[in-house]
Amino acid sequence: MAHHDHGKHGGKSYWLDRKRNVAKVFYALFAVDVLWMAADFLSRKKAEFDAWGGWADGGFGFYPVYGFVGAFLLVLAAKQMRRVLMRSEDYYERRRDGGAS
Amino acid sequence: MAEFLLSPPLLLMLGSVVLAAAPRNVLPRTVLRALLLALPVYSLWRFWGLDFGDYAQFQLFGQTLTLVRIDPLSRIFVVIFHLAALIGSVYSFYVKDNFQPLVGVFYAGSALGVVLAGDLWTLFLFWEVAAVSSALLVWVRRSGRAAGAGLRYLGMQMVSGVLLLAGIVLLRHEVGAAPGWAEFRNLTGFLENGGLGFSNLAATLIFLAFGLKAAFPLLHSWLIDAYPESTPAGAVFLSAFTTKFAIYALARAFPGQSELIWIGALMTAFPIFFAVIENDLRRVLAYSMTNQLGFMVVGIGIGTELAIFGAVGHGFADILFKGLLFMAMGAVLYRVGHVNGSDLGGLYKSMPITTGLCIVGAASISAFPLFSAFATKSLIMSAAVYKEYFWLWLVLLFASAGVFHHAGIKIPFFAFFHHDSGIRCKEAPRSMIVAMVLAAAASMAIGLFPLAELWFGVANPFYELLPYPVDYAVYTNTHVITQSQLLFFSALAFATLMRTGLYPPELRSVNLDADWLYRRVGLRIWDGAAAAFVALHRAGYAAAGRLATVALATAQRHLGPQGFLGRSWLTASMALWVAVLLAAYLVVFYWRLA
Repeated sequence: MAHHDHGKHGGKSYWLDRKRNVAKVFYALFAVDVLWMAADFLSRKKAEFDAWGGWADGGFGFYPVYGFVGAFLLVLAAKQMRRVLMRSEDYYERRRDGGAS
Repeated sequence: MAEFLLSPPLLLMLGSVVLAAAPRNVLPRTVLRALLLALPVYSLWRFWGLDFGDYAQFQLFGQTLTLVRIDPLSRIFVVIFHLAALIGSVYSFYVKDNFQPLVGVFYAGSALGVVLAGDLWTLFLFWEVAAVSSALLVWVRRSGRAAGAGLRYLGMQMVSGVLLLAGIVLLRHEVGAAPGWAEFRNLTGFLENGGLGFSNLAATLIFLAFGLKAAFPLLHSWLIDAYPESTPAGAVFLSAFTTKFAIYALARAFPGQSELIWIGALMTAFPIFFAVIENDLRRVLAYSMTNQLGFMVVGIGIGTELAIFGAVGHGFADILFKGLLFMAMGAVLYRVGHVNGSDLGGLYKSMPITTGLCIVGAASISAFPLFSAFATKSLIMSAAVYKEYFWLWLVLLFASAGVFHHAGIKIPFFAFFHHDSGIRCKEAPRSMIVAMVLAAAASMAIGLFPLAELWFGVANPFYELLPYPVDYAVYTNTHVITQSQLLFFSALAFATLMRTGLYPPELRSVNLDADWLYRRVGLRIWDGAAAAFVALHRAGYAAAGRLATVALATAQRHLGPQGFLGRSWLTASMALWVAVLLAAYLVVFYWRLA
């Protein structure tokens, strides 16, 4: 791939081209998440459901934990689905060569 | 007559046909385009002046058919379909050829026919016209893949049409007149016991016909298969109409049908797994469309006013933000030649405006506060909470985190950021940018209206457009905080997976889905059946040949020169045998006489 022209597009260097800055974005996101977590102290809501001892929906950190774990497991599960479902790009075009006739 | 010709469906359909037929030297391209844009604008303006009620009724084979029935549910779809036709047409002006916008506006007209139809015959007519005209938008890509995908697409649409027709004919048999929505409900005993028991065959067939176009699980793969094979503009038109008028039809015919809740829940959840590993970014959008339709189907299934309000409103918002995302990916396809996540990256350097507009679409679909889905999807979520569907609510919450993951982050990240692919191209053409700005502005407006209502007391024009007046506060502290927590922590999961290298890389690949059943298994069965037929034919042919040989040999043996019957006999023996025959005859004759 054409990695040689990183950051030299039209003589222009982009802020995000530097690895250090990408890390900055990550830590900024982390900091924002800590703030959102803390927001639970500001607004405690009444749980709508009795299930899970009222933690679902009403408890501290439910939405952050559910969002993080849900998205994390989603990706790991999808990754495993590739073992079963993934085929080469021309899978459907090749049927006559490798097919029954 | 004017009532017919100037009704929204016919105005758009006939208007686009007339413009298509006009000779080029009479109608220069710019004039044609101006007239084409004027069609939906004029049609919407005219429509706005009409009150609720029936218009353009006519008699056919002794039945009264209603071309236009305006009520609160059809009105909102009519408005958004006009907007979609307008935005899609502007977008498609990047090519000199006007075929796509002309077909697109025609297709929009047929979709308007579906949502305005006052009886099921009229609905069926436009249902089929929409199927055929939309297939043209797949084929317009003019590639081998698009040809195949368009044919499969049309086949599935026709299956839906046949199911619908069968259902209507059965209904007609029972009602004895052109079945309208009221007859449909009376006949099926609707709303007496929370939906149909599906003992009525007609209702079941119609449910499946609507469900196929609404991309129910296992009936969904035509969407995933065909939409991404279309052109940039074709996909924008396609994403707007067919699935949404199916949602309209479900909301009209099956509100509160409890099966829809779990069908919809499945639709929200399963596509997001596929979307994570899909490489073609427009196919990712097709999966995300199934997911969004799932939210609407759930809303219709719950069936409370708030839920229907959410489902219909979310359909409206989805046309805008999904259109916007398809437009952004279409711009990448147009400039780069493909939308494979594995080979893109760093395009924000070349296409900064498209990047920004794509992010607006991504934020809208993810239901970030201030953006459209936050003001529409929340109603469906709240409706689930009020009815105390705990597990459903968990599934929807998971699907919401998943939407942000694949549509909100994956689409912009792999196309515009990630590692620099080295691709340098021009920014999207002006027509594309104008259309994307329109869709982005509308998406943001839907998200901002409730806030304006809260802060400045300005009436929310979007909520006033919805079928029922429902009092719902979108921007509460709790709601803003919990939704932001869910989304930001979902983003943190993505970032963590990327930094730890656990995130599956984008790979050039095809992932098997339900269409595998007919593109591979079905084809294998077909091939097998064909081979079996050929083998049977050959075996039969061979057996017949052997039989003929044996018969020929036997005949040869008896009748040939050496055969018993073939050799020359003496005249005397002939005379003897004739005498014997005559004697036998005499004996039989006397015996019969006695």
